[in-house]
Amino acid sequence: MGASISLDFISHKFSASAEPTLKDIENRIEPSELVALIGRSGCGKSTLLHMMAGLLIPTEGCVRINSHQVAKPSAKWNMMFQKASLYPWMSVKENAALGLLFDGVPKAEAAERVDTLLDMVGLSDKKNANVQSLSGGQQQRVALARSLATDPEVLLLDEPFSALDAFTRTQLQEEVPNICRERGITMVIVTHDIDEAVAMADRVLIMSQNPGRIVGEQKVGLPWPRRHMDAGFQAMRDELMQQFKGTDTGLAGRNAVESDESNVAKSAA
Amino acid sequence: MSTSNSQSIPVTNMMPNMSRFLGLFKSLQYPALGITCLLALWWVGGYMIEANPDLSAFSAFAPAPTFSALVDMVSSGEVWAPIGSSLYRILAGLVWGIAIGVPVGVTVGYFGVALKVTNVPFQFLRMISPLAWMPVAVLAFDSWDSAIIFLIVMATVWPIIFSTAHGVRRIDPNWFKVARNLGASGFQMLSRIILPAIMTDVMAGIRLAVGVAWVVLVPAEYLGVTSGLGYAINDARDTLAYDYLAAVVLVIGIIGYGLDTVCSVLIKRFNWHVE
Ligand SMILES: Nc1ncnc2c1ncn2[C@@H]1O[C@H](COP(=O)(O)OP(=O)(O)OP(=O)(O)O)[C@@H](O)[C@H]1O
Ligand SMILES: [Mg+2]
Repeated sequence: MGASISLDFISHKFSASAEPTLKDIENRIEPSELVALIGRSGCGKSTLLHMMAGLLIPTEGCVRINSHQVAKPSAKWNMMFQKASLYPWMSVKENAALGLLFDGVPKAEAAERVDTLLDMVGLSDKKNANVQSLSGGQQQRVALARSLATDPEVLLLDEPFSALDAFTRTQLQEEVPNICRERGITMVIVTHDIDEAVAMADRVLIMSQNPGRIVGEQKVGLPWPRRHMDAGFQAMRDELMQQFKGTDTGLAGRNAVESDESNVAKSAA
Repeated sequence: MSTSNSQSIPVTNMMPNMSRFLGLFKSLQYPALGITCLLALWWVGGYMIEANPDLSAFSAFAPAPTFSALVDMVSSGEVWAPIGSSLYRILAGLVWGIAIGVPVGVTVGYFGVALKVTNVPFQFLRMISPLAWMPVAVLAFDSWDSAIIFLIVMATVWPIIFSTAHGVRRIDPNWFKVARNLGASGFQMLSRIILPAIMTDVMAGIRLAVGVAWVVLVPAEYLGVTSGLGYAINDARDTLAYDYLAAVVLVIGIIGYGLDTVCSVLIKRFNWHVE
């Protein structure tokens, strides 16, 4: 079952003298919800995601998962990165089972669980392969299996598909939300790609830059599976694109940001 | 299985054997040339010594007497005792060098502060010849054997520390992040991530250490002890048995080469990088 994530008035400065990177971020992500976080490069998306993973503690406010304050990383809220970061001295199987090994799960049980997961992500014939012999997409599938092996309540994805070819990316954009929906995992994906957000999320959060804050959000009420060619998909993408343009710095942008903020305020009220 | 098939089998089996043999021959031809040149130089040197009346007492350094002394030493079995003592000392020194060098190297590589603090002292200590510690070693240890092992440790720790620390600093930071994220404890991080990641660097450090240690061992054995290859050289000099002396030098070179080969095989064995 998925967990809820509360972002409780998070602000963050990387150094005491610096401008805040994140400011007054407040949101609640429901159990099993699929959320996309979009925003310009450097606006603090990764920073926020690291906080949800417990890899970084905000200087103000906190992240709560199921109302418990996140103070350190846990395999129950798992993060996937742009790079698969597999360990080359371990086989595919060993890589996928790593979280279970850390958790002290007996070898046989771990092997069994990982076996099923590797079948599911389509790597049945690569279980004993050297990870350095895999393609980028296959490596990212191993990383996905590794993240799922520990039965996470939350899956955090930091631009996980941006280094993949378009075909593999589209496939994974379809598979990952399916897996999360089947298992009730709460998913948060950080992306630059509005199509990816529309393809994968129930709700999209839009971040502005300097300081990083959530300036808009959009429900994506589209049915599954999402088809890029559907009229609804394209309308949603255009809608998000409009909102996203509003986060541009500059005068026109600032107005748009403010109107976005008042929208958020209204919808919250 | 047709008859034509059974006839073709020897042919197809012969070809790879032939080409493998040729390949081996090709791969050995340059080392063979190098060895031949070395022997030729040695022979010329021996010839010149013999031709010079002032030096003719040393004519036993030439290849022919040396090899016959070597054959003598091997067939009488007297070559094994000094080899055994020397190998024991170098292995004991190396074990200590690894036991101290790897943990120190990991600490220095992992904690930026430790690196900054230790950089100057380590670079300073590293530049001191291990042999310079001899007087200290003699005072500090009650047996000559321990004193020599101490010198070997002083020779081996530095390359192991520096290579290990370098390896730790090269570890992909994402490897730490992912492992932390998957719930690795400190000990698991060390045993499952850090140590396997730096294995190649540690082995490279050990290889350097073995080279230095072997070079330092012989002069260290000139002092005090009555066993080992260094002692055998000294002994041969005192008894004017120059052919034996040269034979011991030959043994030292061959064993040194052997140790280095073992290290390079181990490096290949532990290397997880895809070439
Ligand atoms: N460890 C750090 N120390 C200091 N500043 C940092 C650190 N990490 C990130 N920053 C700064 O915080 C800001 C936000 O970084 P972050 O990586 O969260 O952005 P992002 O939205 O993920 O960008 P991108 O889309 O390019 O990945 C950037 O200006 C970055 O320079
Ligand atoms: Mg980022």
